Amino acid sequence: MNAVVRQFRDFFVSLQLTVVLLILSLLLVFVATLDQVNLGIWAVQAKYFRSFFVMWQVPGSNVAIPIFPGGYFIGGMLLTNLICAHVYRFAFNFKKLGIQLAHSGLILLLLGELITGLLQVDNNMRLEEGETKHYSESFRDNELAILDRTNPAYDDVVAIPEAVLADEGTIQHPKLPFVVKVKAYYANATLQMGDPAGRPGAPVATQGIGARVQVLPLALTYKPDERNLPAVFVEIIGPAGSAGTWVVSPVVGMPQTFSFEGHTWELVFRFKRTYHPFALTLLKFSHDKYPGTEIPKNFSSRVRVKSDDGRDDREVLIYMNNPLRHGGFTFYQAGFENNDKVTILQVVGNPGWLLPYIACIMMGLGLVIQFGQSLRGFIRKRTAAAAAP
Amino acid sequence: MKKILPLLILLLGAVYLASSLRPPPNNTAFDLQTFGRLPVLMSGRIKPLDTVARTSLLTMQGRQRVSDPTISEPLADSPIQWLADVFFNPTKADDYPTFRISASDSPELVSLMGLTEEQIHITYDNSTKRALAMADFLPGTRTRFSYNQLRPKLAELDRQARLAEPVENQVRTGFQKQVVVARDRLVLYLQLKTSLQVPDSPDFLKELELFEQALPAGIHAVLAKQKGEAHDQVALKVMMTMAERASYLEELGNLRVVPPAAGDTDPTHWRPTGTALIEAFSAGHVDATIMDYARLGHAWRAGDSATFNRIVGALHDNLAARYPEAMRKSDLESRFNAAEPFYKSMTLYAGAFFLAIFSWLKWPETLARSAFYLILLAFAATSAGILTRMWLEGRPPVTNLYSSALFIGWGSVGLCLVLEKIYRNAIGSVAAGMIGFVTLLIAHHLSLSGDTMEMMRAVLDTNLWLATHVVVVTTGYAATFLAGFLALIYVLRGALTKSLDRATADALTRMVYGIVCFATLCSLVGTVLGGIWADQSWGRFWGWDPKENGALMIVVWNAVILHCRWGGMVKQRGLMALAIFGNVVTSWSWFGVNMLGVGLHSYGFMDAAFYWLIAFVASQLLLIALALIPLDKWRSFRPATTTA
Repeated sequence: MNAVVRQFRDFFVSLQLTVVLLILSLLLVFVATLDQVNLGIWAVQAKYFRSFFVMWQVPGSNVAIPIFPGGYFIGGMLLTNLICAHVYRFAFNFKKLGIQLAHSGLILLLLGELITGLLQVDNNMRLEEGETKHYSESFRDNELAILDRTNPAYDDVVAIPEAVLADEGTIQHPKLPFVVKVKAYYANATLQMGDPAGRPGAPVATQGIGARVQVLPLALTYKPDERNLPAVFVEIIGPAGSAGTWVVSPVVGMPQTFSFEGHTWELVFRFKRTYHPFALTLLKFSHDKYPGTEIPKNFSSRVRVKSDDGRDDREVLIYMNNPLRHGGFTFYQAGFENNDKVTILQVVGNPGWLLPYIACIMMGLGLVIQFGQSLRGFIRKRTAAAAAP
Repeated sequence: MKKILPLLILLLGAVYLASSLRPPPNNTAFDLQTFGRLPVLMSGRIKPLDTVARTSLLTMQGRQRVSDPTISEPLADSPIQWLADVFFNPTKADDYPTFRISASDSPELVSLMGLTEEQIHITYDNSTKRALAMADFLPGTRTRFSYNQLRPKLAELDRQARLAEPVENQVRTGFQKQVVVARDRLVLYLQLKTSLQVPDSPDFLKELELFEQALPAGIHAVLAKQKGEAHDQVALKVMMTMAERASYLEELGNLRVVPPAAGDTDPTHWRPTGTALIEAFSAGHVDATIMDYARLGHAWRAGDSATFNRIVGALHDNLAARYPEAMRKSDLESRFNAAEPFYKSMTLYAGAFFLAIFSWLKWPETLARSAFYLILLAFAATSAGILTRMWLEGRPPVTNLYSSALFIGWGSVGLCLVLEKIYRNAIGSVAAGMIGFVTLLIAHHLSLSGDTMEMMRAVLDTNLWLATHVVVVTTGYAATFLAGFLALIYVLRGALTKSLDRATADALTRMVYGIVCFATLCSLVGTVLGGIWADQSWGRFWGWDPKENGALMIVVWNAVILHCRWGGMVKQRGLMALAIFGNVVTSWSWFGVNMLGVGLHSYGFMDAAFYWLIAFVASQLLLIALALIPLDKWRSFRPATTTA
């Protein structure tokens, strides 16, 4: 075998590499935990765990330099190390069964986390009593929906994700007879009544609610119970020229309507939606507290699930630790609002949700077998030693 | 002598434990024991008045004793006697120094409350005591003050607390935290004072009797007044006064003392005195429980112990017949409070620790056996204590930080007993004595924040996961700590004494290795079960929550130790150094993450504990350094003995 290849092989199958990677992961987790105080849980996940390198922004510049391996890097290396070592040393016998089972479980767990990181949908559904919804809304992502309301029978919707707007470019779409030019994007902002020209530096909106308000940029929030509410100045430009500039933001509850070449259009900047092939209706929300305290004892939502194809139409009770699993999504009781009249369900779709369960069983069983064997050997030796003299 | 010494020590320990089962001393003629067993509902749980008294005193002043540093006798013999004064004789209770404000911890609060130098400084009338105070053996300043001393500045305290309240807890300054805490303590006191009667009433029983007599005429008068007809002015006035008093009590009192109708077991139906008094207007008579408590108060103030004892007995029997379950728990809990099994076990663990240490110097067999017996006794007592708590709460053993300290100690000691049974070299007993003592000490400090059997938030409220995830992961913590402490014994004995021979060193290595394996299994399975719980309740298997990260770090660290060992990267001393670092990792995930104040799992912010954590980590790092100094600097394994 080529010497270089052998060096590579020895590197990737070595136990030293495992130990180094484990220690690196320990450090990563520790620093990330500390940083949660500043950044909040979502930003920490993106910075430390769902990245190849932890970047450090040189103060006062746009330059970011990698300073530590990130979660994907360490996880990927561990996975490579594990698989290489297994392939290289693989020999099936009963003595190694425990160790092999435990490590295969670990491989599965790491893969499962990767799938979760890439594919998990994490949404919210906010329902008032009696309300029915077909969709859930994202917790953090927003989208600009442009609706053609001309035909009363259906709406034609073009949804532009917030990430595209943030690039502050010009968007052209085959379904739209105009281009959308993003004149300014604020990741977190609030609106207040006032003369739009009163804020120098910001573009001036001429149409819709933007003609009466000022946009005040805010610092980004990292708190787990708050979300950033962006505001965007968009100009609608047809072949004949500009139709005006609008301010759109999730703060604005109502859609803003305008006419363009005989069609009626609506602009809504809303929480990104996922439509489901079924609808949920909140029948009743209940909230119990322990007597004489404000400590919540239980929350529960009685909902009706009705699928579009009519095959499903039933009532379910969703409460703490007892979610509804339906259509590839799981609905959890997450919160409540408005004097217990509104329930907030967390909606999670994760195609890899079963993997951790299998991985855990494999790892637990593997360790029990492995340590059980050691223990048996130890006891046998001791009884032999005790019997000897 | 050497033969019977272990048995003698076992007997002494057993007598010491058994002494805790005697009823607590009572220097008054009043039947305070039965009074302390009366059940009330507070903070969502039915508990005996005895627990209310103890936890309130702990919350207000950090200890259960009510005393003055210049008087050798305590001011109140027992917490329940103090509570009786708060309920029935507030003029006396207002003078008890039960609010902790320390000039050294919180000078700003002292000046806010307008406490003068004379009030703070203690002048002893006896010169020996003065000398002792100079040498810091006796306190030189007062740290506890009475309600009357604080009363003039209550409005100012409340104003400052309101200013501090909107600030989030983690970013509050020291002063802001202190004013909020001090205000809450005073509110608690006022709530207790207004739980059974109106504090400024000269004779509440008389008032209630007059009210009850006037009720039929009074209701008539009220109705007549509403119609604009002529009415009985006197009866109307009695009604109006009582209505005012009832709503005052309802607003302030926080004990729910009036049980629901017989057979009704719904705890939400227990009512505070004020509410039950308001109901009297429609019912036409005052609830019997309120009348009984008013009679108790009258007798207490009059010093009439015969009447007090008769009524308290009748009240107890009456409640026992109607709520057998609540009463059984209440009786047992007040018994449990008085027995103090954890405090007693602490003493036993300390004794066992020293016996076991001495066994390495002299009489190895005898002293090791004595230590083992004491550990067994203490283990039995803590087991009984934990089981009692489980029965009272109807929960698995670990529900909060306090109970996790109990359980970590219990689990470690259990493992130590197994090790000691196998190896018989007193190492298990030394580790058990040390860990048992330290964890109970930690638990004692955690209990100062109030009731340790508080209700659980809805998110955490499932016995299945508490019983599996929490118990298994806590066992993992316990095992990791134990491995670390065994390694400490190895390093300390090896580096500082000549007592560590090859055979003991090898035995210790096997122990540490075995315990690390066990710790890996428990922490891994426990962490993963936590993930499954999270997936069941929040829809994510893993959320990088600080507490989850802490548990993960323990798993990873144990994996590091095992892989280093398997890969031959470490030998004995390296293994010990790694195991000691396990203490650092475990203390971080047990306590450190709670100090971050973020995440779903955080139980509370503990400032004082932070410095202890830093000190602990520093000490562990020092010991690791000690483990790594060259072997020829160690006192054990000198060339003559390293032939093996």
